[in-house]
Amino acid sequence: MSNLIQVVSIFAAALAVSFGAIAALGEGRAVAAAMDAIARQPESAGTLSRTLFVGLAMIETMAIYCLVIALLVLFANPFIVK
Amino acid sequence: MTHSPLEASPLFHIGPVPISDFVIVTWGIMALLFLFALTVTRRLSLAPGKGQTTLEILVGTIDGQIRDTMQAEPGPYRALIGTIFVFVLLANWSSLIPGVEPPTSHVETDAALGLIVFCAIIFYGIRTRGLTGYLATFAEPTWIMIPLNLVEQITRTFSLIVRLFGNMMSGVFVIGIVLSLAGLLVPIPFMALDLLTGTIQAYIFTVLAMVFIGAAVSEGGSSNQNGATS
Repeated sequence: MSNLIQVVSIFAAALAVSFGAIAALGEGRAVAAAMDAIARQPESAGTLSRTLFVGLAMIETMAIYCLVIALLVLFANPFIVK
Repeated sequence: MTHSPLEASPLFHIGPVPISDFVIVTWGIMALLFLFALTVTRRLSLAPGKGQTTLEILVGTIDGQIRDTMQAEPGPYRALIGTIFVFVLLANWSSLIPGVEPPTSHVETDAALGLIVFCAIIFYGIRTRGLTGYLATFAEPTWIMIPLNLVEQITRTFSLIVRLFGNMMSGVFVIGIVLSLAGLLVPIPFMALDLLTGTIQAYIFTVLAMVFIGAAVSEGGSSNQNGATS
């Protein structure tokens, strides 16, 4: 029984991480928009890149959540009795 | 590779308190910062030497960032924000020393840092607006938003913690996996990438702390002008 839970856990971890990779699409759009804005207004590049970094961190948090869920499933699974 | 990144193994105990290796690294970084600041500020002069110039550049940069991000004079916030930035940066870079894991790759250190930011938000908010004024900001657009605003206080601190922890821990994890697969020189590009991630994460942690404190102290309804919540 515990063996089955471990197998399912590994698949769940892989699924969580691969869904977290969708955040890369959002990051790509954000960087593209920032590049566009910098190309139009090079003088505001400082403010833009600062906001871009903060925004990227926000987007990346979703991927990091998925990673943490995967680690919880792998290493701190409440259904696997040690 | 089999040990969990979520739990730490204590090295020894002082009384009932377990001490693990990253606590020692944390205290080492704190001692290093303290000694550096002490020795440099002992002999301040108008014609600065190397140490004083480094410190002046650092303080000037942090002041500029605070002024840009919070639209406030950096005086009351310089000590907290600057210390957070320098500490997180050194903690992220401490993986350069062989045998040392960065303390920020353990969730306890990040939780402590996040708790400091959480308390600082409340402290600066109450100091600027007074207790009733600060509590009134929770009902800012309408009173229906009170539960959401309360939840937001918790979740944004939590995401601050998890962001730093996840990034640093995944760096250590990837290096561990690559090291167990391939030999001597292969992990070096990953370690270089880890340095970049460490710098960006230290910057982002500091900027978000500034944005949250700035939103708590800013006058009027302009609390979301930096566009960062969650």
